[in-house]
Amino acid sequence: MRISLFITCYNDTLFPETGKAVVKVLEGLGHTVEFRSAQACCGQMHYNAGYQTHALPLMEHFVLVFAGAETICIPSSSCVAMIRDHYPKMASRAGNPELGRQVADLLPRVFEFSELLVDKLGITDVGAFYPHAVTLHPSCHSLRSLCVGDKPVRLLQKVRGLRLVELPDSEQCCGFGGMFAIKNADVSAAMLSEKLECILNTQAEVVTALDNSCLMHIEGGLSRRRAGIKCVHIAEILAGTEPVSQA
Amino acid sequence: MSVRVGHAAEAEDFPMAAKKLLQNRQLRDNLRHATDVIRGKRAKVVNELPDWEELRSAAHEVKEHVLRYLGSYLEQFEQKCKQAGGQVHWARDASEANGIIAGIIKRHGESEVIKVKTMTSDEMSLNDALQAAGITPYETDLADLIIQLGEDAPSHIVVPALHRNRSEVRQIFQEKMHLKDLGDRPEDLTAAAREYLREKFLRVKIGISGANFAIAESGSVVVVESEGNGRMCVSLPRVLITIVGIEKILPRFEDLEIFLQLLPRSATGERMNPYNSIWAGPSGTDGPQEFHVVLLDNGRTNVMADPESSETLDCIRCGACLNACPVYRQTGGHAYGSVYAGPIGAILTPQLQALEHSQSLPYASSLCGACYEVCPVKINIPDILIHLRGEIVKRGDAPLNERIAMKAVGFALSNGRRLSTAQKLARIVQRPFEHDGNLQDLPSMLAGWTTFRDLAAVPKTSFREWWAERGKGTGT
Repeated sequence: MRISLFITCYNDTLFPETGKAVVKVLEGLGHTVEFRSAQACCGQMHYNAGYQTHALPLMEHFVLVFAGAETICIPSSSCVAMIRDHYPKMASRAGNPELGRQVADLLPRVFEFSELLVDKLGITDVGAFYPHAVTLHPSCHSLRSLCVGDKPVRLLQKVRGLRLVELPDSEQCCGFGGMFAIKNADVSAAMLSEKLECILNTQAEVVTALDNSCLMHIEGGLSRRRAGIKCVHIAEILAGTEPVSQA
Repeated sequence: MSVRVGHAAEAEDFPMAAKKLLQNRQLRDNLRHATDVIRGKRAKVVNELPDWEELRSAAHEVKEHVLRYLGSYLEQFEQKCKQAGGQVHWARDASEANGIIAGIIKRHGESEVIKVKTMTSDEMSLNDALQAAGITPYETDLADLIIQLGEDAPSHIVVPALHRNRSEVRQIFQEKMHLKDLGDRPEDLTAAAREYLREKFLRVKIGISGANFAIAESGSVVVVESEGNGRMCVSLPRVLITIVGIEKILPRFEDLEIFLQLLPRSATGERMNPYNSIWAGPSGTDGPQEFHVVLLDNGRTNVMADPESSETLDCIRCGACLNACPVYRQTGGHAYGSVYAGPIGAILTPQLQALEHSQSLPYASSLCGACYEVCPVKINIPDILIHLRGEIVKRGDAPLNERIAMKAVGFALSNGRRLSTAQKLARIVQRPFEHDGNLQDLPSMLAGWTTFRDLAAVPKTSFREWWAERGKGTGT
């Protein structure tokens, strides 16, 4: 299958390793990955912060760039939620039926990374090896907007060497919320602190999620506490391979 | 008309109020405990119902239908209520409503009233208005009594004294009821309240209630509660005054079938409220001899005017969104500066006041969606929060530095080439702030991040640069 990768603006800039891992996993499964270099941003940050007029051209650009793509893979559930939940409304508010048709045509081809693997490609065992104790933070958008359910868990359970540790109160928000983390920094930090307590209680070595945005927030808190726990996007775990023996 | 929602217009901005409240460890422990308990109870009784989602959808449909035809349903209600012997008053705003109520009380030559919990009366600051007119209101709901005696403000829609624990309640009762030897067991406290209130139930001639629902086809009013104080307030006094927000209308009696399943389960985790009082006008010599309904607008027609957010008025005040909200869980209700706290308060309070006040509230959310998930009438609170942020930006009320930053970032993200340039620029700009791979002490808005968390520096190679290099190497 030819899979077009929408890396997302923040993964592109801040988390290139996640993109490399997505490419490795999908190519490892025998698929062809393409990267349309004109791509930029889905518009989520502007949209959620109230700058909907700024978000519209970003959305139109996305629709233009990915027109005709067979399958679109996005390693970020909040960007997928933006596209699925808000693009149709944006098109209708813009009073642009043609844009609305293009969005409707695009939506069935948009997949978050774990959705792509489990639903579209029908695979849970990608042949990964990752010998660590891992806990999963189910990000709010993956949980309540995409409703991915146990897809990430099923993928992680098939990883050799990986011990999945349950996260208490896992459905509580980590307090990121984009601009919220800055505009309401004190409350956001209090929410994060509760999330960190739960993570520390698991004694896991690694926290994973479908979203690097939440992981960046959690990592920021863990790093400040010198907790020694790493945050790793699920794609990087699924790209893990057994060390090649030197013999 | 001038809309006021309690003292929200004078309240501090959410981030500042929240910052102070977060220092109160006792408050946060009380909040965590109380919200965990109610959430657990709610989840249990909601999961019992296989048709919960259908009930939610049905409730949403009924409420949306009511809003579409509100004018005719209100007229129908007025007509039926009058036929049943009730008197109907229309109030454009809180001060009109307060004036009508004080007028009725004065006409009867009374100077005291007993009240059953009504958030709408708090929205109107009715108690302040009555006291200014020389009338003493007595709250009879246990939590409202704690708030009133403690000269405090409610912090939750359903459990207004959720921020108080029993030793604090004991202290308030000891002082205000002059009970030196009062214990702090729940039965000690409720016994003290019962004794204090019983005398008032029997003596005071005028009762004031809110309404959970008002039925258009029968002109009847519905109050549900758990303590029985409501039943006494609506049946013992000679005169009963009921305040009804105009959005509380249901078309038919049978619509209650939906809402009386949703409300108690969502509010208190009960299958049914212990007391469900439904009445239409005075009846013979039993109960109040005079019945007044005050229909209150106070900004509700403002809210109805915007189709993007009018479903805010579907709210049945169950408080489930407060209990589910991770922000409310940290700060409690007082941070919202309004009688309506939590996610619903964050959308309702600013809208009632036509966004003239409480502009920090739509930002008091991480948009996690937990509120929408539990809302029994399916109000899409996160979408409305986003919409209201948009309205604030449209009015030009967002901070200047934010507007400039958003414009600049919007430009940088508008295509692949500009993004690529911005990535290179970021690596240069970050240098003065970079220490051991982390960015520290970032300026302006970004300081909000680095005060509490580390931030890794922008890596040397972006994904798109790696991809381009890889393409050269493999020739693809």
